[in-house]
Amino acid sequence: MDKGEQLPTRVYQVTRADLVRYAGASLDFNPIHWSDRVAAEVGLPGVIAHGMYTMALAGRALVDWAGAPDAVTDFSVRFTRPVVVPADGAAEVQVTGVVRDLPGPDQAQVDLTVTCGGERVLGAARATMRTCLGKQGANPYTGRPWGE
Amino acid sequence: MALDPGIVGRQYPPTEPYEVGREKIREFATAIGADDPAYHDAEAARALGHADVIAPPTFPILMSFRASFAQIVDDPDLGVDYSRVVHGDQRFAYTRPVQAGDRLVCRCVVDEATSRGGHDILTIRTEVATDLDEPVVTVWSKLVVRGH
Repeated sequence: MDKGEQLPTRVYQVTRADLVRYAGASLDFNPIHWSDRVAAEVGLPGVIAHGMYTMALAGRALVDWAGAPDAVTDFSVRFTRPVVVPADGAAEVQVTGVVRDLPGPDQAQVDLTVTCGGERVLGAARATMRTCLGKQGANPYTGRPWGE
Repeated sequence: MALDPGIVGRQYPPTEPYEVGREKIREFATAIGADDPAYHDAEAARALGHADVIAPPTFPILMSFRASFAQIVDDPDLGVDYSRVVHGDQRFAYTRPVQAGDRLVCRCVVDEATSRGGHDILTIRTEVATDLDEPVVTVWSKLVVRGH
């Protein structure tokens, strides 16, 4: 990765079925993520995705850009706007990134832009990733060669 | 009801260990659409130097959310109205990925308790370590308790 490099946009479709599956997987059964009535009662425009689900999609983009599932060492977001998920069809979440800095030989700091319907849904989204991919060098988690 | 700033620094007792299972990691990874083999297959994870299937970057929310809500949001001294809680910020800082077989203990601390614009802001830092006190990940959740 190069400093200032623009990372390719990743697009994710989010359906009500995804929210049901994520509620089960994460044990977050807040009804604003599955009930139109409850969402309306608390003033939301409709059923919204779990904020952590949107963060997880941004995490997928990071892993995709790094090319390694264990590359993310620091990841932070602010939840700025909800992702409204229609009863039929899907909401579309777009994730782009810019390499803000290369603080070490195998590290990149990335600023993410996460939007839905043209509006930013996650703010201050940034991550630090290891760019030493696969089995190059030492396993940064153990300090020993890969496979030991 | 404004948060008492005196609660900053309050530490909560360690939780009972959460036993990270392969099937739960697979379920979570599937729910967010993360199909990297290391999130599903132990051999793929071992090829990267890990002991077992590893979890995607936002997985620790399962443990930290449960701990922070059960201990802090439900702390009668804080008087937090759960129905008014909105998730503001979230951050994960890793020592290593969470992996299947981990027995993880959460230790929560109140890092911030302020009021701004009629809302209370509560930042909870959760240190997630194995039951042998090996650090794994630090998690911060900023919760906004909306004012009336």
